[in-house]
Amino acid sequence: MKKKTTIVGKDFPRVESRAKVTGAAQYVDDIQFGPNLLHARLLRSPIPHGLIKRLDTSKAAALPGVRVVVTGKDYPGLTGLYLSDRPIFAVDRVRFVGEPVVGVAAETEEIAEQALDLIEVEYEPLPGVFDPEYGAGPDAPLIHPDLANYAVAPFVFPQAGSNVSNHFKVRKGNMDEGWAQADLIYEHTYRVPHVQHVPLETHVDVAQMDGNGKITLWASSQSPFAQRNLIAKALGISHGMLRVITPYVGGGFGAKAGVSVEGACVALAMKAKGRPVKLCMSRKEEFYTTFVRQGLIAKIKMGMTNEGRITAMQNTYYWDGGAYTEYGVNITRAAGYSSTGPYNVPNVHADSLCVYTNHPIGGAMRGFGMPEIHWAIEQHIDRMAQQLQLDPVQVRLTNCLRGGDVTVTGMVMHPTGLAECIQKAADAIGWGKPSRPSAPHKRRGKGIAAMWKAPAMPPNPGSSATIRMNEDGTCSVGIGGVDMGQGTLTIAAQLAAEGLGVPIEWVRVNTVDTDYSPYEWQTVASRLTWSMGNAILNAAREAKQQILEAVADAWNEKPDDMDIIEGKVVSYATEREMSLKNIAVYGIQKPDGTWVGGPVVGKGKFMPTYVTPLDKETGQGPRAVVHFTTGAQAVEVEVDTETGEVQVLRIVAAFDVGHAINPDMVRTQMEGGAVQGMSTAMLEQIILKEGKPLNPTFTDYRIATAVDAPPDIETIIVEVPQDDGPFGARGIGEHAMVPTAPAIANAVRAAVGVEIDSMPITSEKVWLAMQSSDRASGSKAVVSPL
Amino acid sequence: MKLTIQMMVNGQPVTVETEPNRTLLEVLREDLGLTGSKEGCGTGDCGACTVHLNGRPVTSCLVLAPEADGCEIVTIEGLAQSGQLHPVQQAFIQYGGLQCGICTPGFVMAATALLRDNPNPTEHEVREAIAGNLCRCTGYDKIVRAILAASDVAER
Repeated sequence: MKKKTTIVGKDFPRVESRAKVTGAAQYVDDIQFGPNLLHARLLRSPIPHGLIKRLDTSKAAALPGVRVVVTGKDYPGLTGLYLSDRPIFAVDRVRFVGEPVVGVAAETEEIAEQALDLIEVEYEPLPGVFDPEYGAGPDAPLIHPDLANYAVAPFVFPQAGSNVSNHFKVRKGNMDEGWAQADLIYEHTYRVPHVQHVPLETHVDVAQMDGNGKITLWASSQSPFAQRNLIAKALGISHGMLRVITPYVGGGFGAKAGVSVEGACVALAMKAKGRPVKLCMSRKEEFYTTFVRQGLIAKIKMGMTNEGRITAMQNTYYWDGGAYTEYGVNITRAAGYSSTGPYNVPNVHADSLCVYTNHPIGGAMRGFGMPEIHWAIEQHIDRMAQQLQLDPVQVRLTNCLRGGDVTVTGMVMHPTGLAECIQKAADAIGWGKPSRPSAPHKRRGKGIAAMWKAPAMPPNPGSSATIRMNEDGTCSVGIGGVDMGQGTLTIAAQLAAEGLGVPIEWVRVNTVDTDYSPYEWQTVASRLTWSMGNAILNAAREAKQQILEAVADAWNEKPDDMDIIEGKVVSYATEREMSLKNIAVYGIQKPDGTWVGGPVVGKGKFMPTYVTPLDKETGQGPRAVVHFTTGAQAVEVEVDTETGEVQVLRIVAAFDVGHAINPDMVRTQMEGGAVQGMSTAMLEQIILKEGKPLNPTFTDYRIATAVDAPPDIETIIVEVPQDDGPFGARGIGEHAMVPTAPAIANAVRAAVGVEIDSMPITSEKVWLAMQSSDRASGSKAVVSPL
Repeated sequence: MKLTIQMMVNGQPVTVETEPNRTLLEVLREDLGLTGSKEGCGTGDCGACTVHLNGRPVTSCLVLAPEADGCEIVTIEGLAQSGQLHPVQQAFIQYGGLQCGICTPGFVMAATALLRDNPNPTEHEVREAIAGNLCRCTGYDKIVRAILAASDVAER
């Protein structure tokens, strides 16, 4: 019989709350290094594409107070998570505005800045690529002539001699039959601009090399272990000689995954004669020099029957991967194996192309390709439903994946609550019920969108955990996962406490230090609750077994008759009890006066072992991914017909999280994701002109404030358990922003009949679309990207 | 040329020698070790560096240190009195009004200033009062709930 949980499934405040509300919580920028600290700045490329003809750093190096100057000649090694295409400093060629060319470390930041002005660089500009569709074609200049020589993961397929660094193909079913079965075939193109993650803490790093050559990097990072791995390889350092420490992290959203500026900081420290070197990204640098979300051009062709059944989809995704696609190639892969959206489509032809451009580097961002492709798919379904006079909710229920269905890559779908999420979101928003606008010149509309997303990662990313008991019965949990706000420390504490049988107050979870914390691949893909959670439960099981075996020996009982409950060892056979205090470290004395047990250290690991490769030409295979989290959002908007202004009045979010370890924290993920999704839908875009970002400030790139955010966000937790999740849990972090933008676009369409193909949905676009709609006397209007 | 600046910081008299072009935020963080106030932008747009200057909430990244001469400054570190959290801090914990925490000190300082001037704000007034503070994690709802709950506490 399944045991009732006492800690899992309950709302606990974040374990680190007190430190954060008192200002005591330390982030990298808060750590004091004293007067020995050097300050680093980077000279960056002012042009989007060109050859470095001459580089002279001698005047900078001679400036008093300058201690270190490094260039790409000093450290020419390439790095990258899935494709090694990225130098730490440009070597011979620059590929985007903002690319690091020279690093300087000096006694003060002002001196470092002055030194940058003294560096002489001559560039020979090259023609650039600023559109991924053009970039994928035969006429585009090559951005990476050496593409064929780069090291690459086995599931990424670069096309040598082109700008396509990955091409994921799906060829499923019979397209001719699919089109023949359709009563309506509709084709359209959608666009998504570059946006930035905007963590309120920018990237901050400090690196120091000691006298033995051992390097420590303090990094605001989602990936201490991946950074150790990639930087060690790129700079020729043994993994054991590089230590990464990550204290509290002020938001990540994918920006701090993989490696971006950390390598430059380490490279400078390696020449700084033992002095620590600090490199902080300014807000302007954060906007376009670390990672951005890739842009997308999505061409969707869909066939549908009069009853609303999808018969075929032909989707082409041109991803604007930017200058280096070391991480981005896997986003395009994820978009490929998820290319239909969460629907059962028998006939599919999909091409997801990662294209080099001379734009900022596309990297992981919350949703990892899913907000972008769902922007297209979820609007397309609504437009077809309208043409066929069908209810959008019903069309989604007709086609949505259910357990046992076959996904786009030929994987059998596990049990999922997707249909329940769609229905519950629709019910909660009052689907089909009238809602009167607040003024005669305003119109209201409701929209819905569904989603799916799998953890996008290699087939075998590992997690591990340790539980060490202390003298007083409390325990220290070691994890390699990072809490960047999503609640890892609290979830880890709940799982350890539940698994071990101690009160949550007895559990301390440590932040990451790769010298002492057990391995974790990366804090990405909404995978920690599931993967790290399993490792913690395994560690707890082992620690508990050590304790019970020792006590059973001392009491002359069987461990199977015993348990640990609320910090006490209890025997069901003899009804004896004993507190964990003292015995978990010192062991326990037997009746004959001898001792048994000793310091308890439990260890656990988890790694998925069942993911299979997919065929390169068809994208088909038995198991593309570990699982999918599914969900839906419904929104209600009010549009001002005089100004085009859109106000999001309500958002309802329903997601199948398998099992909520901490329901309140699941809801905060759903709320935060909804507002981030709304912010990207309504406000955000990095405006790029010939590769140059025009708005890298909070004045010109607005994110949603408390006034912009909808006052009413309803969250619905659906729980269809994950077979290999801890207590059935699946991830919910990224998913929460995936359907928001298309749900809003669908609501705007329902309100005033205009179609917005490109994010963001600005008042200007809506107003212009309404004008042309009026001129065309009631027919639908389509606005091209501005 | 360095200037001598005297301030009351969290109830303690403080004297600092500083270059005149440094900000109050830099002096608080670097000279006084009060790192609870954060720099999120350096341009006064994000509110993470909010402190009270003579009782008013200010973005300390936009205040030059000499401007604070003779002023009374309260930072996030000075809010809890003898280990007892301010009701706003308590409410942020209880209502989950924080995630990554980097913006939290700024929100707490903005909220405490609001509730002192307006002990019973409406939800709209709360949202207006924190519109100068950016948060990318929470979606603001739980922050707003926390501040409204703290206003009830203050009333009682």
